[in-house]
Order: sequence, then C-alpha cells, then structure tokens
Amino acid sequence: MGETLGLLAGGLAQAFEPINFTMIIIGCVLGLLVGAMPGLGSVNGVAILLPITFLVPPTAAIIFLAAIYYGAMYGGAISSITLGIPGASTAVATVFDGRPLAQAGKADKALTAAAMASFIGGTISVVLFTLFAPPLAEFALKFGPAEEFALMVLAFATFIGLGGDDIPKTIFSILIGLVLATIGLDIISGQPRLIFFDVSGFLHGINFLVLAIGIYGIGEMLWTLEQTKGEVTVHNVKLSMKEIIKDIKDVKEYIGTTTLGSVLGYFVGTLPAAGATPASLMSYGLAKTFSKQPETFGKGNVSGVAAPEAANNAASTGSMLPMITLGIPGSPTTAILLGGMIIWGLRPGPLLFTEHPEFVWGLIGSLYVANLATLIINLMFIPVFVKILTLPFTILAPTIYILCVVGGYAPTQTMHDVWLMFLFGVVGYLLRKLNYPVAPAVLAIVLGPLAERSLRQSLLSSQGDPMIFLERPISLICILIAVALVLVPVFQKMKRKRKAEQSGQES
Amino acid sequence: MTVFTSKLKKIAIPAIVALVSTGIFAGAAQAAWSPKKPVEFIIMAGTGGGADQIARLLQGLIEKKGLSPRPFIPINKPGGSGGEALRYLKDKAGDDHVVMVTLNSFYTTPIIQKGLGVDPTTFTPIGRMALDTFLLWVNSDQKGITDLDSYVKAVKSAGKNWKVGGTGSGQEDSILTAMMEKEFGYEVTYIPFPGGGTVAKNLIGKHIDSTVNNPAEQNEFYRAGKSKPLVQFTGERMAAYPDIPTAKELGVDIEYYMQRSINGPPGMSKEAQEWYINLFKTLYESEEWQKFCVDDGLDCTEWVAGDDLRAFHAEQITRHTDLINSVGAAAITGE
Repeated sequence: MGETLGLLAGGLAQAFEPINFTMIIIGCVLGLLVGAMPGLGSVNGVAILLPITFLVPPTAAIIFLAAIYYGAMYGGAISSITLGIPGASTAVATVFDGRPLAQAGKADKALTAAAMASFIGGTISVVLFTLFAPPLAEFALKFGPAEEFALMVLAFATFIGLGGDDIPKTIFSILIGLVLATIGLDIISGQPRLIFFDVSGFLHGINFLVLAIGIYGIGEMLWTLEQTKGEVTVHNVKLSMKEIIKDIKDVKEYIGTTTLGSVLGYFVGTLPAAGATPASLMSYGLAKTFSKQPETFGKGNVSGVAAPEAANNAASTGSMLPMITLGIPGSPTTAILLGGMIIWGLRPGPLLFTEHPEFVWGLIGSLYVANLATLIINLMFIPVFVKILTLPFTILAPTIYILCVVGGYAPTQTMHDVWLMFLFGVVGYLLRKLNYPVAPAVLAIVLGPLAERSLRQSLLSSQGDPMIFLERPISLICILIAVALVLVPVFQKMKRKRKAEQSGQES
Repeated sequence: MTVFTSKLKKIAIPAIVALVSTGIFAGAAQAAWSPKKPVEFIIMAGTGGGADQIARLLQGLIEKKGLSPRPFIPINKPGGSGGEALRYLKDKAGDDHVVMVTLNSFYTTPIIQKGLGVDPTTFTPIGRMALDTFLLWVNSDQKGITDLDSYVKAVKSAGKNWKVGGTGSGQEDSILTAMMEKEFGYEVTYIPFPGGGTVAKNLIGKHIDSTVNNPAEQNEFYRAGKSKPLVQFTGERMAAYPDIPTAKELGVDIEYYMQRSINGPPGMSKEAQEWYINLFKTLYESEEWQKFCVDDGLDCTEWVAGDDLRAFHAEQITRHTDLINSVGAAAITGE
C-alpha cells in the first residue's frame, strides 16, 4: 500500500508539471465543448484533436486525450439538460430527469447536480482504480459470456422493477426496444435479419443515438408544441454565485444514489463489453428502484440526473482498466487512446504497470487533477448554459431541430438515419401520449445486442444447457439479485393494497 | 480570461467543424486530389484485434507525419463476420472519403453469405500492408498440453466440450479451425466473439480452451506468462517465435496467412485511388511500420498495390472458395 501511495504521489507531481497541467486544462475545456455538441461526441472529438498530441511528449499527450474524454463526459450532460438532446449516448439517461427539471426552471439545479455527481463518480472511481487495479483486472477476467448475460438480466430487472410505472407497459416498451435491436446482421451467423422493404440502410442496424435523439429531441419538441401552442413561457433565471453555492450544498439530497452509481459505474466500466452507456442506464434504474419517491422519476428528480452522471464518469475511468491491463478498450474513445499508446510504443497489457510505471501513474494522477479541473470549469460555465434557456422559443425550437438533424446524420452520415430519427420522433410522441414509458425501450436497444451475443455464446459453450447461468457463482448472484429486484416492488404493492383494504374495512 | 477564450472556442470549434463537414474547402486544390473532409477508416472487426491495432497505428502515423490534410477516423464495424463493413463499403460506392482495412473475411464472408450481395473484386484496391500470421494458443495453466500432440489428445478426449474462441463464423480463424478439425479428425465447439482482443481476454479468463489468435493479439499475455503458443502456421519459423515449431515441421500440411490490405469502395475516382496508394506506400516504407511488422510477426517484405492487388485478391478468392468447399461451409458456420 505504501508503495502505491508513493507511486501515486509521483503521478500527481507529474500531473502538476507545467506542460501536463496545461494539457489537462485545455483538454477539459475542449472536451466539455465537444461533449456538449450533439452528434460530435467524444469519439470524433478525440480523433479530430489527436494531431495536437504529436506536439508534446507521450505522457502529456495521453493525459490530454484522457482530459478531453473526461471533459466530454461532463459536457454530454449539458445539452441533455438544457436542450433535451443527448449530446452523447452516455448522456441519454441524463435527459430523463434533466429536461423536466430545466422546464420547471431548475436548470441550474440539474446542471450543478450533474457536475457534482460527475465529480464524485470520477473521484470514487479513480480512488478504486488506484487501490484495486490489479485485483479488479483479475476479476474482469472472470467475466465470461455467462456472467455478462447475467449482468444484462440484472440491468433489465432494474427497469422492470420500477415501482410507480405500469409494469405491462414497461415490458412492452422493453420488447419494442429488443425487436429494434435485432435489426441488421445476425451477430453470430452474419445473416441479415428484419430488413424492412429491402432498404439496405437497415443492414447496419438501428443506431442507438438515432433512436435517442428522435425520441427525446424531436418527440419532446412535438410534445412541447402541442402543450403550449408555441407560447412557451420564458424562464427568467437570475443566477448568482450564492445560488450556485446553495445548489452545491444540495448535494446531500443525492449523495447516496451518487455513491452507489459511482461504484456500479466503475465496475461496469471495467468489463470490456459494456462501457459507460449501459452503466448510466443501470444506475438510473437502480436509483429509481431504491428511491423513496420512485413516482417522481422522469418528472424532474435531481437523483435521476445525479445517478447516471456519476455512473458514466465512473465508467469512463473504469474502462481505462481493461485498456491498460488487457489491451481491450472498453469504449470507442478509449480505443483511440489505445491507438495513441501504440504509436508511442507503449503496448498495453499485463506488463504495462511494471514496465512503464511512470506512464500509468502519470495518467492516474492526471485523472485526479482533471476531475477537479473539470468540476471548477463546469461550475463556472453554468450561468452561461442556463442563459440558453432564456432564448425565445421561436429561436430555440428551430435550433434544436437543426441540432437533432446534425446529431442524427453525424454518426453514420446517411440520410436513412435522419428519416429514421424523424420517424422515431413521431412514434416517441405518440407513445408519450398513450402514457408508455420510452426509457425502457432505449435501455433495451443498448443492452439488447450485448445480451443476445452473451446469451448465444453461453449456450454454445454449454451445448444448449441453460443451467450454465446458475452453476457459475458470479452469474448466479446477478440472477438472484435480478429476481429480487423484480419481486420486491410487486410484494410491496400487494402489501400496500392489503393494508389499504384493511384500513378500509376498519373505518 | 479563461471564460472569455473558452467562449471564443465555443463559437470557433462548431464553426470549423461545420466548415469541414460541408466541404466548403472543396475546389481549393483541384489539380492533385486530396481529402476534402475527414476520411472514414473502416475496420471490419472489433476493437483490440489485429486489424484494429493496425488501423489505429496507421491513423496515428498519418497524423504524426502530417500525410493527410484531413484526419482519418477509425470506425469499427464488426457485425456479421465483417458483413456489416463489406455492405457498408458497397453502399458507399463512388465515395472518395472512405477506405477499409481488411481481413481474410474480405474473401470468405461474401462466399459464405450469398445474401449479402457483395463482390469483393468490385472494390477499389489500394495497397497490401502486410501478411499476418497465425499461431495456436492455450492458457499457460494447461500444464498437460505442451505440444501439438498433447493438444490433439486433449481435444479428442474433451470432444464437443472443447471450446475454441474466434472472431466469427466464416472469419479466417474459423476456417483455420475447420482445417484443423478435418486434419486431426475431431470436432470442437466454436464460439464467436467481437474481435481478437476479446478472444484473447476470454482465453486468459479460461472461458474458452484454445484459439488461433494473431501474434499482435496474444503477445503481451505471452510475455506476461499467461498464454503459450504451441505451433505456428507459417512456412518458416518467425523471428519473434524461434522455439515454436511450424505445422509443416510436424508433418501437418497447414500453412495459412491473412492479408492486411487497404481497399476503397467500388467506383472510387482514379485520382483518389492514386493519392491513397501513395499515402499507404509512404506508410509501408516508414521505419515505424517496418518495426511494427518485425515485433508483431507480420510479413512485410513485398508491397502490392493497385491492379497487382486486384490480381492477388482474385487468386485468394479462388483459393478460399476451394478451401471452403473442401472443409464444407457447414463446418465453418457450425450448422
């Protein structure tokens, strides 16, 4: 342990070297902006900014890329909250409650919660990384297909077991998402599936961001137009430093869910297959399950913003672990970081920790510093971001539509996806009118392919015997928790009903 | 001050991105072709695998040496044994801003999946960067397995419970696995994963029993003593593995390579093709690339480009059609 602290101190000292520190600050600011632009996302951001890294030494360069990545994780929340368009797939869950809060004139509260939760998530995960990297890397290896599938079941259970919602409607929504997730080429045999009307665009599957931007960006706008007939009241937010400080103090409202989300996020992030998007969705589901007022989720609960934001930041640190120790990037952005490392002759693998300690610990040290820097920069920007909401609706609405189209086109650069996005927008609007929850469908389209692949891999390796999920200890534990998550709310409901009946009889 | 400059950047960055993506700079240099917008660099496999590492190294070298006025953006399309990427490239016909780094599934996937409607000979050949090699790997905790003989014995006694990991039915590793099944007369369970890196991880985590990974995918685990190679499927022993016998030395007639080449979509303009050939030739000849080849057991002794590469592709398609016919497509797809 003493040795680890010594190495960490060395790493922190490295992070404060002028060149490294400058790269951290520039990286955080650029990342924040890249993350806030819908459709640009940290993948493109890191790729476009890669050339800058050749001007500085390798450690500074990787620190720079990591800072962009970090900043982008914070930035994704900004457009989710202020505009209702997820800036990146990792910030989709932030829309669920961030947007309603902003509409209620509490954007500052949501933005502060996002920043604070990101900071807590980032810090907890970096501490976990510092203390337990090697044993956790061993643990990640224990995760085979069966364990991955059990984890996916657990993720779905967090969404079915949501107290307040209509359970049949939730399941229906999940099923729609699962059907959409199977469109494209079969992941095992490669045969085309559900190619509607032979449109070749469907061969590439349904891009998750297209669905999310359609439902939340376009669908939400249609809904707002209908509700207000275009006369949206302008929120005149006056924001002083005092109020931000008050918002910061509100952290105690969501510290519990944030901590839970951080640990969960870090853990899910370390699994090579998963990454930050599933982590944030699972964290949201858990926060709602354990909340005392689950019915307020989706209508503007601060915990609903804090939970996914804590998890996605924690997961982004977590995904560095398989990259460094196994050479498998946990997300597309870390894949670019990996590319950067290969160019500088740093080969990720089990030996990197021992052969290049100065690099690994410099990176870890910089994560601590980047975390703090992003928090401060982000808090300073909040008054600017809140201003966006004071724009007249006649300017804001068209801007949001344009950003949606850009965000829908950017990932694959095909018009097919833009039309699809509009279609999802209309469908999302209709589902909302019919009171169907859409969040479970979003979850299903993210987790569907992961769940399908791991299910089929597991069954292949067990010769079709489903007992494989119960025979392996880690997988068994996940399944049991999942069952409990589904059953507990059902029992609670029954209990409440019985109590109500009893009190009814007594009176 | 920071707030002010950041505000400037906030305006400047989207503006620059918008300019670049709408190609407003187009027409600036008509004479010699060069990219007018970021180039999509498609990888027909998942992250962490051999093709992925190569693409990301090349992308970095292009940036480092300033060889392209616009960045190359690597995009993984691992679905359906490369089928997703092949179809994507086909649908990008006539686009000068997309190139793909290939595996042998460039040949095998269209042969096995007729429904895909892709003919790889219609793609625009650019250059062959290397021939990649294969070794047979097991976890180093398999103390009983020390050579090919003890391996075959272990597989035979395990039968269908022996799990071989690979990157997809119809991918080169599944063909090599099928060739081994035929040669040694056993049958295994083949489990596809998204990318060679994930396969490697599952071997180390003991979720599978063996694999035929490329050197780049296993080297770091081998150096850490977590996995061991048993046999190499090359003509001669590679410099990186002087103590590991080749299959031929052991009297087993399996020699198999994988081309790592760069190809554009059908109907790419002549000027663009020429520009890409020059670009990748410069990269091929670079010190960094040649060093990577030696370290990772890649064969980079002959540069093949343009029409020569087309001829090479045609020859490989014939060879793979024969191979698939001899082992049977069913043995590969596991049906």
